[in-house]
Amino acid sequence: MPLAASSDPMNPTRSFQGLLLTLQRFWAERGCVVLQPYDMEVGAGTFHPATTLRALGPKPWKAAYVQPSRRPKDGRYGENPNRLQHYYQFQVILKPSPPDLQQLYLDSLKAIGVDLALHDVRFVEDDWESPTLGAWGLGWECWCDGMEVSQFTYFQQVAGVECAPVAGELTYGLERLAMYVQGVENVYDLNFNGLEGEDRISYGDVFLQAEQEFSRHNFEYANTEVLFRHFSDAEAECKALLAAGEADAASNDQSHKLALPAYDQCIKASHVFNLLDARGVISVTERQSYILRVRELAKACGAAWLKTAGGGAH
Amino acid sequence: MPDLLLELFSEEIPARMQRKAAEDLKKLVTDALVERGLTYEGAKAFATPRRLALTIAGLPVRGRDVREERKGPRVGAPEAAVQGFLKAAGLASLDQATIVSDPKKGDSYVAVIEKPGQETVQAIAEIVPAVIRSFPWPKSMRWGKASAESGSLRWVRPLHSILCTFGAETEEPEVVPFEVDGIKSGNVTYGHRFHAPGPITVKRFDDYVPSLERAKVVLDADRRKEIILADARNLAFAAGLELVEDEGLLEEVAGLVEWPVVLMGDFEERFLEIPGEAIRATIRANQKCFVLRDPATGELANRFIPVSNLMASDGGQAITAGNGRVVRARLSDAAYFWQTDRGPLPDLDTLKESADKLGLDLSKPLDQRMAKLDKLGVVFHAKLGTQGERVQRIAALAKELAPIVGADPALAERAAKLAKADLPTEMVGEFPELQGLMGRKYAELQGENASVAAAIEEHYKPLGPSDRIPTDPVSVAVALADKLDTLVGFWAIDEKPTGSKDPYALRRAALGVIRLVVENNLKRSLVPLLDKHFVRLAQDSAGSSAHAMTNWCGRLVNKESIDLLSFFHDRLKVMLRDQGARHDLVDAVLGEGASANDDLLLITRRVAALGRFLETEDGKSLLAGYKRAANILKAEEKKDGEGAFAAKADLQLIAAAGLIEEKALAVALAQATPKAEAAIAAEDYEGAMAALAELRPAVDAFFDKVTVNDPDPALRANRLKLLNQLREATRAVADFSRIAG
Repeated sequence: MPLAASSDPMNPTRSFQGLLLTLQRFWAERGCVVLQPYDMEVGAGTFHPATTLRALGPKPWKAAYVQPSRRPKDGRYGENPNRLQHYYQFQVILKPSPPDLQQLYLDSLKAIGVDLALHDVRFVEDDWESPTLGAWGLGWECWCDGMEVSQFTYFQQVAGVECAPVAGELTYGLERLAMYVQGVENVYDLNFNGLEGEDRISYGDVFLQAEQEFSRHNFEYANTEVLFRHFSDAEAECKALLAAGEADAASNDQSHKLALPAYDQCIKASHVFNLLDARGVISVTERQSYILRVRELAKACGAAWLKTAGGGAH
Repeated sequence: MPDLLLELFSEEIPARMQRKAAEDLKKLVTDALVERGLTYEGAKAFATPRRLALTIAGLPVRGRDVREERKGPRVGAPEAAVQGFLKAAGLASLDQATIVSDPKKGDSYVAVIEKPGQETVQAIAEIVPAVIRSFPWPKSMRWGKASAESGSLRWVRPLHSILCTFGAETEEPEVVPFEVDGIKSGNVTYGHRFHAPGPITVKRFDDYVPSLERAKVVLDADRRKEIILADARNLAFAAGLELVEDEGLLEEVAGLVEWPVVLMGDFEERFLEIPGEAIRATIRANQKCFVLRDPATGELANRFIPVSNLMASDGGQAITAGNGRVVRARLSDAAYFWQTDRGPLPDLDTLKESADKLGLDLSKPLDQRMAKLDKLGVVFHAKLGTQGERVQRIAALAKELAPIVGADPALAERAAKLAKADLPTEMVGEFPELQGLMGRKYAELQGENASVAAAIEEHYKPLGPSDRIPTDPVSVAVALADKLDTLVGFWAIDEKPTGSKDPYALRRAALGVIRLVVENNLKRSLVPLLDKHFVRLAQDSAGSSAHAMTNWCGRLVNKESIDLLSFFHDRLKVMLRDQGARHDLVDAVLGEGASANDDLLLITRRVAALGRFLETEDGKSLLAGYKRAANILKAEEKKDGEGAFAAKADLQLIAAAGLIEEKALAVALAQATPKAEAAIAAEDYEGAMAALAELRPAVDAFFDKVTVNDPDPALRANRLKLLNQLREATRAVADFSRIAG
């Protein structure tokens, strides 16, 4: 039962891409820079430097972007109608958090076709924490008729640093929202392009094979020896870049020169860790130590970022 | 008398914090008022997802005037003393002070300071901002532009407005003026987020509550709960079903809505093949919906009850459909877990070593999971090794305990080896509260012996003082082994409970052991068992150090075993006290050689027999006789020295010079003492008490007729020896000196 009948393929209730474009337009109209996805494998939109790093320091910042997110453990070989090891998050970050952020969020739901007189939208406690990013915040899961469609967080700390000012972060689970507004029970049945008949492209047409193949890869075939090596390499490279980018004590310019490339290595280590975790080759005790290792990288990158122009250093 | 109305309106407060926050608000504000001498008639606090509210009735308009006298220096004191007095008392000159005369000390100055009572409005304006700034939220946050500066206001979620009015019923209340981080107090609130988002002007509590109701906000959480429960029961009844009631869920749901609207949805019957507990767990944890059961069969029905916060324009159809979609998705997940857990794991060849070590059969799914748990090296406790090592210890202990509890050792060992196997299953990973239960289901499916399957679930029992005790011998063996291993382990690494800290629930484990032993009538000396397990643990893990040995009943045992035994004794006392028994009887039965009493069943039986005996006339009288004898002995031993009357009474002397009552007691003691001792040795506590009861007439008559402190020293000493024999005779049964009253 689609929420709104419309023949426009770009209507957010008709196509996945329409939904995405509507959100982009909505937030662009509210002053956000609309970025493109970060070109690396990440577990969540938060990892994008436009969130992790830009949340740090005093400079105001407003951005919105789509981020493909990889959760190797969530793979279900394409057999589960809701779980994917690769999916899309739509991420909004507003720093400082505006006083009417909840209302802005509700307006964005209206924009994508959720009738608030018909649907039960609720803010349910969900304190967000990313142990690998050394980050936490307070906020909610946003429920629409009992389904979690977004994550709403006031960042309190990122990369081990107190946020001043606090940024508000909205993360929309795009597939879930699309399934909701299209009235579809199975993610693979989502209409991707909004067309009908021969021209119709479904989410399954685009991604089913990938889900099957990557589930195999994540759970069965990923070469763990190589992955362990990649983890160590990324960790070492991150540290090396952080050291190399540090300013010379004698220099007038005390800014860090390699914060962003170092952070890329931190992202890489984090994703490799997720793959190893999915392969079940990390014991519980080791797991904690891996998380700590990534967190140390994230913290060091955050500290480096604060010494750059973007981080507000003079 | 004027009333105060305070409302703190914010973004959504976590449900679990609302009730406590309302109470905190009430306590902090009223305490601060009382501290300023502002008493009140009544106060009540409320919480909804978006607001904390407080009403305080019957406050005075202003506090009482305070008159204070401050003593100063004597007249003619040095200038420095006078100046100090004036400054401290806030006087401009000595003209403002009065002079009092004292016949002894002479004249001195006194300052009379009159402080007018503070206006209540002013007090509130000071108190409320302070309370807001230091509010004890479990977690609080900063937000917005202000958070760029340190020291900005913290609240549970962004705080938007403050309503604060004060005034009598008959007049227009005034806004109590104050400001907290840019939020000015006012007389405005807001209604339901979607139904009535506009501002509402409020005078006092009397119009506040109905105004909110019109704006679709039920202020009182208990009323929201009543509405939800009544509506849910009605919907269930109308469908021929029964609500599975759940107080925890009800409390939470009432904290998620300002205007509860109860609905009913359904899901496909095919999902009912998933264990009902798992269905309930997923719908409850993830969806915060209630489930229903068929009253005829007790089985879950394919329905659920969501509670929404909206009177939807379509009567809730879309909301129900949406919730149903999510419930179905969650149940698909649960079905996937249920299916996956029953299938083989990948990488089976890597599990062979673990399987061999633990004697597992890798053709069976649950065995595979246990092998995986071992392989993953999941740590139970850093100093106590992995879950795999722990399971091996429990299995060895369960096998050893099996003959004692009447279980087949092979079954007990098998059950112990599978007891933790469900921990790495998908289902338990998602719903930890289903541990044990899922293990049982999976064990049944792979054709395990019924007792083995039951033991996997029941070995966690009892989970609390009111939880059922397992009776199947296999369950008892594994339940005991699990708890004893935990206790021995944490004793070995010296992580014993202290004060209120008991992070590993060791008190509960010890109590569980006691109940398992007593309720299943298991007679067994505990120390040798503990001792052996301490050794097993020491061999097993390099982490635990060697233990000091101690002499116990003539042999060397681990000192920790004796320490752990006294922990059991303490728990036993607490348990008996909670059951209404006299815990002094435990001390009396344990006596001085407490450590020699290590059979928990015998101790409880003996306590019970003693308790019953002391209820009888014979018992009461004998206890009185004992106390009298003990008191006399104590006094006389002070004169003659400890042990002066330890020898047996001289029967010839009694025959020659004693009274008839003296003789009678000597005869009674000669008969009853060996009887009581023999009965104790035979664990016949009723018999021992009966033997003691036989002493009563002789004891009563003795005290009635015989003067102990006879002028003849020989007779006196002999009578005291007789009393000592009486004391010794009772000691065979219990240490009567430890019995109160």
